[in-house]
Amino acid sequence: MLAYVVRRILATIPVMAVVALFVFSLLYIAPGDPAAVIAGDQATPEDVERIRASLGLDRPFLVRFGEWVIRILQGDLGVSIFTNLPVTTMIAQRIEPTLSLMVLTLILAVVVAIPMGVLAAWKQGTWIDRGVMAFAVLGFSVPVFVVGYLLAYVFALELEWLPVQGYTSFSAGFWPWLENLILPAVALGSVYIALIARITRATMLEVLSQDYIRTARAKGASQGSILFLHALKNAAVPIVTVIGIGIALLIGGAVVTESVFAIPGLGRLTVDAILRRDYPVIQGVVLLFSFIYVLVNLAIDLVYTLFDPRIRY
Amino acid sequence: MDRRHFLKAAAAAGALAGTAGLAAPALAQGTAARTLRFVPQANLANFDPIWGTQYVVRNASVLVWDTLYGLNAELQPQRQMVEGEEISDDGKTWTFRLREGLRFHDGEPVRAQDCVASLNRWMVRDGMGQMLRAIQEELVAVDDRTFRWRLRQPYPKMLLALGKTNTPMAFMMPERLARTDPFQQITEYVGSGPMRFLRNEWVPGARAVFARFENYVPRGEPASWLAGGKRVTIDRLEWIIMPDPATASAALQSGEVDWWETPLTDLVPQLRRNRNIQVDIADPLGNIGSFRFNHLHPPFNDVRARRAVAMALNQEDYMRAVVGDDRNLWQTSASFFTPGTPLYTEEGGDILKGPRDIEGARRLLREAGYDGQPITVLVAQDQAPLKAMGEVTDALLRSIGMTVDFVATDWGTVGQRRASKAPPGQGGWHVFHTWHAGADCTNPATQIQIRANGDGAWFGWPKDEAVEAARDKWFEAPDLEAEKAAVAEMNRALFNHVTYAPTGFYKTYQAWRRNVSGVIGAPIPFFWGIAKT
Repeated sequence: MLAYVVRRILATIPVMAVVALFVFSLLYIAPGDPAAVIAGDQATPEDVERIRASLGLDRPFLVRFGEWVIRILQGDLGVSIFTNLPVTTMIAQRIEPTLSLMVLTLILAVVVAIPMGVLAAWKQGTWIDRGVMAFAVLGFSVPVFVVGYLLAYVFALELEWLPVQGYTSFSAGFWPWLENLILPAVALGSVYIALIARITRATMLEVLSQDYIRTARAKGASQGSILFLHALKNAAVPIVTVIGIGIALLIGGAVVTESVFAIPGLGRLTVDAILRRDYPVIQGVVLLFSFIYVLVNLAIDLVYTLFDPRIRY
Repeated sequence: MDRRHFLKAAAAAGALAGTAGLAAPALAQGTAARTLRFVPQANLANFDPIWGTQYVVRNASVLVWDTLYGLNAELQPQRQMVEGEEISDDGKTWTFRLREGLRFHDGEPVRAQDCVASLNRWMVRDGMGQMLRAIQEELVAVDDRTFRWRLRQPYPKMLLALGKTNTPMAFMMPERLARTDPFQQITEYVGSGPMRFLRNEWVPGARAVFARFENYVPRGEPASWLAGGKRVTIDRLEWIIMPDPATASAALQSGEVDWWETPLTDLVPQLRRNRNIQVDIADPLGNIGSFRFNHLHPPFNDVRARRAVAMALNQEDYMRAVVGDDRNLWQTSASFFTPGTPLYTEEGGDILKGPRDIEGARRLLREAGYDGQPITVLVAQDQAPLKAMGEVTDALLRSIGMTVDFVATDWGTVGQRRASKAPPGQGGWHVFHTWHAGADCTNPATQIQIRANGDGAWFGWPKDEAVEAARDKWFEAPDLEAEKAAVAEMNRALFNHVTYAPTGFYKTYQAWRRNVSGVIGAPIPFFWGIAKT
């Protein structure tokens, strides 16, 4: 197992290298000029050119890429073109809200979606099943920002139960932290809940038709024990896989959700950086997200062994 | 415990809780009343007003850095950091004396040496500064409170240059910061303005925080825009960045923020219905929309093609697309200058007035030899006014028989591509849109976009001697009448040449909660004179 983990971690190195090359090349060929954005509308073309030179953007691709890679290997993601702050500082400022949002969404989704999927499979063909499936279709179909606006309108503006926007650090207390995240987590979680509920239902239906379930019933096992001990454990591997794949959904959804609820997280940092062509920030954040995604998938692979003892690494 | 005792105990607990509940908000209200939460027009992504010239940087900078002179509501430069100035008889030597008691936020006194270094940095980046630099003989500190500026020729617009609002403004910084290369960012944010920048609370893209500078010495006169006594009554100012207008609107309605600088016009009716919110014009000087031609390539290197567009261009179409049907917000204006300001003129602007002549435009295009080549129109989709103008232009050009290559992109790409002089089919362009702040269009000095000096001109590189000659006349004008005559001549020359086509004059709203007082209409949101209850 340990050897497998080490092998997988080492395997992330070429993956990250490819991501780095891809991101850098993409930004190099993409149109747009941070110097023009910095100089503003009143600047002359000569001003723009001097700013570009001062930022080193007039140098050849290979020189810039080589310098960037050397800095990355030293753990230095560079300095933002605009704020003059180290990219690591900017990421550190923004990572807590994003991680909080993602973790809360994940917990919410798992806690809500798995019982929903199990229930739908158990009550297949009933109004409960149809209701869960209708919810899943809605969750997939309605964009996150629409759900976000609706929630903000009802629960923040009309009922005044929760704040419209912002983020309060966990260090300021659990409730202030939570009250800012409830609506964003529900909005972001809607797609995720739909996805997990559907896959849970489908997998459970397949497992519930297996012989050993019939045997368990014949032995007089309780319904709860059949569903959650016998069936769900055997259905867990595909569900966990989807949860892992869904992390990418969460990362993408966080960009929109953070904008709708004015949460100062990595998603908004990424969008702002892209619009301004703040190359070091874009590169740093994309590398970080890629790294997180690779690690999450590794964790998911390891979790398989908890549910299926036949899986060995 | 029997029922009676339980009820008594519950009532007592309730009363206690009620008292505590009453006491707590009083304290909270006091703190809240001293903190103003403001949603600015854009993200404060950097904070060097000389290095980056975006308006949002300027707007934050007027809190932190003071200026030698400040423009008042009558557009006249008034003394601000300066106690007085002397001009030599030949008009070539200016001697400035600073007010007593001025201090930077780090406690150091403001010295003439700081001002000299600040002016030296500013002059490299500013248009009027560059003119001064070109005729400068010497700029030196005479003593700690006095500095002298010797020029090779008189520069009558000196005070305007030092007090103007267009970017980059001549902000005074400590010498150690002002010695930074003008093309590099400063690394400290120390000024002598009425508020301090709390750098440790700055999260670019999310929040910027300012605190009242206790040692600021305001002038004795009442405040008027950037002039007079800048008396700040709030303790703390939080700029909260909200890229989503719907979120900002909801936050204002729920009382989570106090003042929103740029509400979306579509959301204004909803804000007006809320009795806790007041809505009014943000800046009486508004903005002038711009249809910018590339003068280097056919067909717009021929004045007849540019005139053809101007003959067909209907400003009303543009204005309705940009700000809607609310007539408080826009007007047509056959001028390159800001309506309602002293130099405003429509001289020579007949081409934009009256019924639009589509057939005449088609004829003129044929005469200009337009052969149906695609017209590359760069349209920034992420800037609502520019997207709207681009769509009107698409219809306009098609209506006069042009083929349009509509390049839907973002402002970052437009910013890069408009600098290209390559032919439109090879990475260049024919047309792009922008807008110019009305505050910058009150005179010729602060408008880089009306220069027509070819390679030295703004994007599009127009060249016309009549425009430049009229501009020179304005700089030499000894009084307002002479200035008006020069500007009238310039407006006529600009329309003859169709340097660019103004697409109309428009304003925007600002909205704030009624417990905030002192909000005024101005080109910059001013925080002195603002109180919150």
